[in-house]
Amino acid sequence: MATDLTVAPPVAATEKLPDRKKKQRPRWLAHTVLILGALLMLYPLLWMLSSSFKFTEDIFSQTGLIPERVTTENYPEGWTALPRDFGHYIWNSLVIVVGSIIGNLLACSAAAYAFARLDFKFKKFWFAVMLGTMMLPIHVVIVPQYILFAELDWINTYWPLIVPKLLATDGFFIFLMVQFIRGIPLELDEAARIDGCGHFAIFWRIVIPLSVPALATTAIFTFIWTWNDFFSQLIFLTDPEMYTVPVALRTFVDATSQTPWGPVFAMSIVALAPVFGFFLAGQRYLVRGIATTGLK
Amino acid sequence: MSSTLDVPPRERSHGEAPGGASRAASRARRRRSGRLTPYLFLAPWFAGLLFITAGPIAASAYLSFTDYSLIGAPEWIGLDNFQRMFDDPRFYQSLKVTFIYVVVSVPLQLAFALFLAMILDRGLRGLALYRSVYYLPSLIGGSVAIAILWRQIFGSDGLLNGVLRFVGFENPPGWVSDPDYALGTLIILNVWTFGAPMVIFLAGLRQIPTMYYEAASLDGAGKVRQFIQVTLPLLSPIIFFNLVLQTINAFQTFTQAFIVSGGTGGPADSTLFYTLYLYQRGFGNFDMGYASALAWFLLLIVGGLTAINFIAAKYWVFYGD
Repeated sequence: MATDLTVAPPVAATEKLPDRKKKQRPRWLAHTVLILGALLMLYPLLWMLSSSFKFTEDIFSQTGLIPERVTTENYPEGWTALPRDFGHYIWNSLVIVVGSIIGNLLACSAAAYAFARLDFKFKKFWFAVMLGTMMLPIHVVIVPQYILFAELDWINTYWPLIVPKLLATDGFFIFLMVQFIRGIPLELDEAARIDGCGHFAIFWRIVIPLSVPALATTAIFTFIWTWNDFFSQLIFLTDPEMYTVPVALRTFVDATSQTPWGPVFAMSIVALAPVFGFFLAGQRYLVRGIATTGLK
Repeated sequence: MSSTLDVPPRERSHGEAPGGASRAASRARRRRSGRLTPYLFLAPWFAGLLFITAGPIAASAYLSFTDYSLIGAPEWIGLDNFQRMFDDPRFYQSLKVTFIYVVVSVPLQLAFALFLAMILDRGLRGLALYRSVYYLPSLIGGSVAIAILWRQIFGSDGLLNGVLRFVGFENPPGWVSDPDYALGTLIILNVWTFGAPMVIFLAGLRQIPTMYYEAASLDGAGKVRQFIQVTLPLLSPIIFFNLVLQTINAFQTFTQAFIVSGGTGGPADSTLFYTLYLYQRGFGNFDMGYASALAWFLLLIVGGLTAINFIAAKYWVFYGD
């Protein structure tokens, strides 16, 4: 905006005024389009929320958002509808999620420190390999992984879902943190080195504390992705005792031909609620995370 | 501490001279250990490469030439799995379904993403709120809960048909139970998650200097001309990035198809996504050799498409000066 003045004489600036006004009118239009679009986008979610408070027989006939008859029965009913109560599946999910977050935070930041700050042989090659693994579909490696974990007798344990995170296999987060660590001034490292810090001290005392935003992004994304993950949990957890939230939810629509929509929607809301929570709490980090990894 | 060979006699250790010597020794020590340090930091990652990512790629290459059902040892059968694949109508069906899905949903998704990013880029009030609302579906679009919701919405007694009957359609189709429409419902689901590429577009649009638009409008270019001649070329690297990313993502769609079809890929294999077929062969029939062959073919497709995208990008992506 300020550059206008240096480029054009003041006269030109006044000439621009009607132009600005012209821009203002479509702003109305833009807001209308955006609000209608947002409502359309959110309608399915809001409808599911409202339907979780409707009687199952009402769900089909009521397409509106406000239930005519309200019931809270769906929640206790859904909670206890499966062999174990839903809290059990939430616990299983939480164990995997927490393990994954710890794994990603430690392993990915360590690998990122090496790529961003240390010199070693074939660094460029290994970095390219790391970028390559980011694009690797899990379906390509799932069969050998399954065989390996079966050999270790890890099927129906949490390990197949946590150990890969402890081994820094989510290249996306390494990349995110490499970008971030490169932005930390090298002078800080040097100052620490003069004070007698080795690489582990620099990593732990300088880089980690300064990387909190990138670590937060990593933690939030890991939470959401692991919480929502279905494919690997479906494959590695076949014992109903070990079911996680997504795998348990699936049995609702699988087992019965007549799906009890009320309780199913109630438990779907329970399954989505933590994601909403993390989203609201951490959207700053999420948006920044996508934007930085997306652009650089 | 223990490298005493070149350390001067003890009495001198408090004198003026030794400082230099011991510092040199410690520097040498650090250099020696310094060579190992990067590998210590990378140790988990290398282990992951060996056991979780690159190693399994090699292992599945081997398995694709074998007959293996988890019991006994893999039996070498040469190219039989691949031969079977090319005679397998369900393999072709799964390829067709996945390609249609990718080719239809990804461009639509990117078009919506760009369109809304353009509207949002005009410095409107409430930008952060709009951005969050539009981004939200991307976060949950792949979850089981949403797939279940989709199954209800597009079911024969679902929300959509409730609305359609309300406005007077007598016999609306069963959408997810109709082979003609089932894939379409999943395409809509993918388009619904346009928020992630939108956020990336938005960040990209922010980087285009306004002076380009001012120059263009001084030259008499209208909004459409400005879009075609300023926005698109300057945004092309971002469009490219989103295209590669969303194509790869779309190729891996599994959960939605699995839930909506109850794991079958039905009706009439109309939602038999490639990954779903792979799952059925590998973990339904425990036909690990065949599943590995399918997996390798998927790797070739995803790699090939990415390569094509990169080559094509040379012709249309504009990287500034």
